[in-house]
Amino acid sequence: MFYLDKKALQDQPNVRTLNKNVDWPAEFAKRSKSARYPALKEYYAQGVVSPETPISEVPLVALDFETTGLNPKTDSIVSIGLVALTAQRIRCKEAHHWIIKPDTELKTKSVVIHGITHSDVASAPSFNSVLDALLQHLQGKIVVAHHKDIETRFLNAALKHYINEEIVFPCIDTMALEARFSRTLKRTFLRSLLGQKTPSIRLTDCRARYNLPYYRQHNALTDALACAELLQAQIATHYPEQTAPISAIWC
Amino acid sequence: MAIEQVEVTDFFQRHKPFSDLAVQELSELASGVEIAYYKAGSPILTFGQDNDQWFVIRSGAVEVFRRDGELYNRLGEGNFFGELAIMRNRPVRFPVVALEDTLVYLIDADTFNHLFDNNEQFADFVEVEDRSRLRDSNADKKDNNSLLTAKVEKLIGQLPLILPPNTTVQEAAVRMTEEGVSSVLISNDQVSSDADTDDEELVIGIVTDVDIRSRLVAQGLALSCPVTDIMTSQLTSVQSHQYVFEAMMLMLKHKVMHLPVLKKSQPIGLISHQDILRYESQNSLFVVKSIFTALNVDELTALKGEVQACFSRMVHEDANSQMIGSAMAVIGRSFKQRLLELAEQELGPPPIPYCFLALGSMARDEQLIVTDQDNALVLDNRFDPQLHDEYFNALANFVCDGLDRCGYTYCNGGIMATNKKWRQPLKVWEQYFSQWIEKPTAETLLNSAIFFDLDGVWGKKVWADTLNRLIRKKAYKNARFLACMARNALLRTPPLGFFKDFVMETDGRQTNSINMKRRGTAPIADLIRVHALSIGSKGRNSFARLQDVIESKILPPGRGVDLRDALEFIAMVRIRHQAFDLDMKRVPDNDIEPEYLSDFERKNLKDAFQILSDAQKFMKYRYQPGRHL
Repeated sequence: MFYLDKKALQDQPNVRTLNKNVDWPAEFAKRSKSARYPALKEYYAQGVVSPETPISEVPLVALDFETTGLNPKTDSIVSIGLVALTAQRIRCKEAHHWIIKPDTELKTKSVVIHGITHSDVASAPSFNSVLDALLQHLQGKIVVAHHKDIETRFLNAALKHYINEEIVFPCIDTMALEARFSRTLKRTFLRSLLGQKTPSIRLTDCRARYNLPYYRQHNALTDALACAELLQAQIATHYPEQTAPISAIWC
Repeated sequence: MAIEQVEVTDFFQRHKPFSDLAVQELSELASGVEIAYYKAGSPILTFGQDNDQWFVIRSGAVEVFRRDGELYNRLGEGNFFGELAIMRNRPVRFPVVALEDTLVYLIDADTFNHLFDNNEQFADFVEVEDRSRLRDSNADKKDNNSLLTAKVEKLIGQLPLILPPNTTVQEAAVRMTEEGVSSVLISNDQVSSDADTDDEELVIGIVTDVDIRSRLVAQGLALSCPVTDIMTSQLTSVQSHQYVFEAMMLMLKHKVMHLPVLKKSQPIGLISHQDILRYESQNSLFVVKSIFTALNVDELTALKGEVQACFSRMVHEDANSQMIGSAMAVIGRSFKQRLLELAEQELGPPPIPYCFLALGSMARDEQLIVTDQDNALVLDNRFDPQLHDEYFNALANFVCDGLDRCGYTYCNGGIMATNKKWRQPLKVWEQYFSQWIEKPTAETLLNSAIFFDLDGVWGKKVWADTLNRLIRKKAYKNARFLACMARNALLRTPPLGFFKDFVMETDGRQTNSINMKRRGTAPIADLIRVHALSIGSKGRNSFARLQDVIESKILPPGRGVDLRDALEFIAMVRIRHQAFDLDMKRVPDNDIEPEYLSDFERKNLKDAFQILSDAQKFMKYRYQPGRHL
């Protein structure tokens, strides 16, 4: 994900409740008919697990983008990292990483953050040349991201730009989950009395709470892995039996 | 193509045995791992489960259990488990549970087997049954040029001056002055040049500066008399491949200042007391010399610091445990001898002959810096308590009090010559030992463990030999006694469960400790003693005994060597710990705090304790009552 400055991070995430009541299997079936771009059609055709499926049985894929900025209208994707997982295992063998030549200029500020330089992107493929592969890796799986807005909005914007179609999918947002899990903490009277702040939901801080090791951030692949591990930790902590339906954590 | 995970690769690069892998192998390994997270308290492997993955702990900690639920091990970051099930291709035998929230990297069986089969270093590190790692860790320590681990050869500066036996003393003195040497070897005229010289003495004697002073000038002999008149025959010599330390020990034992160095039987040099002292001002020779020149107990007490300095120095120069153990024993013995000389000066000559005994670690030449005194007195059979006991009581008190002041604390169990029970005529001692062997009881078995390592340090030392011979003859093949000794030796178990306490404390504080003597070196020494008694070994040092045991082939192949390495390693951890305490100006002890152990030491220590545990199991089986030996 793109680096957010401190102010942005300490606010609650903008959890969009828009998709909450969507019947995803039906939505996918409908879109597999209407979609025109073959890879996208195929993506929808592979379908989506039913909302009642236990968490333990759902194939997942952690996804992370590095971008040139925060606005999908003016900024673009510079790298994509993803890794396949389940609630029990993360499979590094099924990990992928692409550097993308962005449509917009690389901003010096973002270069500092993700370390991808002009020369790195000069020879990189454009987004549309990796799109088919990307969709293939996502199909049949539920996307996991930390602060999903970046991934969902940038992916949608890129698809609009290149193939003039939209993409929608259910997503597990580890940051939103963490906010939910820590909400009870926030309300504690004693905490407010002591003036303690809501625990930080930044990826690194979330990870530390689950005794996960420190990983350097802002490499799309590492961040995808970090996010995958965080989800496993969250599930193990809050849904130890893993029998809860996937709809409990997706949105 | 799989993509390498940077953080995973970084982790493997920081931990053995992965850090030894080639870059390509490492990167393939990292891109192929699976990752799993386990909440504290959740099972990772269960008994009887099939397992085809190798678990490497990335963060957190786990507990490994035996089937009966007993805690077997705790593992932390960088440790691994699950390899046994893979290597033996069998279901999991030791269940594993997450102790903390734990992240593990998993390596599939094929990758594991590939690494294991193709990478010797990797296999050595992982293979729990293969104890060669322990051997290497001990052997590493020898690869340096320190004096104490150097061979005698290194000290030889020039070829020795060798003169024929008909040389006059004056001619010899002239030649010695010309060559700038303080001693000369006298060659054997009888050896013909074409004879096979292997079996003949090429050198028949040595003449030193001191000999010229004390045997020629002081005696008023003529300068023209032949060197053979004043030479020392019956040479003590050292082989060039022996350790300098061994040369020092020879000098101490035979009270000589010069040693010819032989290669096969050819003299290739001469080393003197000075040669060694020049390198080592604080070595044991120097300390021993100071002990014998101390005029009273106060002066002896003042040498405590030098003994410690000598100990530290040897440790820092990577002397092995045998060198250190015997140097400390020589020093301890010297203290006793000097105290007895001083006692006799004060109390007058003894009314009847006696022998002062060293027992336990000193007798085994395995003494370290932290030690209490175990000693006893053997008196002449004419001993009459009415007439003599007052003298020997005073003598014993003088020595034991003196030893205490010199750093050898009183024995808690009262095994000292001051105790009337341990101050007896030879015939009573013979009864003691016979009875202990023929009718062992719980109490006498404990005595046996201490008294069976005995050495005469002063007086009628032959009585010590008499007693040793008696023990050897009686204990040998006395199956019931050996079975009792074996059972007794099993009372102290190695602290394998202790390692469970190693992992956790992240704040660096750790109050648990382990007594390396009680749980480590002592049980091994006990075990070796039982085997040594069963084969009638004459050795007293544990390593010497073990050598006899190995040669007698009573142990399964390889076990004796493993045991030797385990003893050396545990002893060295104990020794280094004491040296560290001394360096830190703390009172040295035998209690190891895990925070001072490296991962490497921890791992090897665990292996060493495992070897001890296996050896105890074997002993239990071998000496079970009724079993024919």
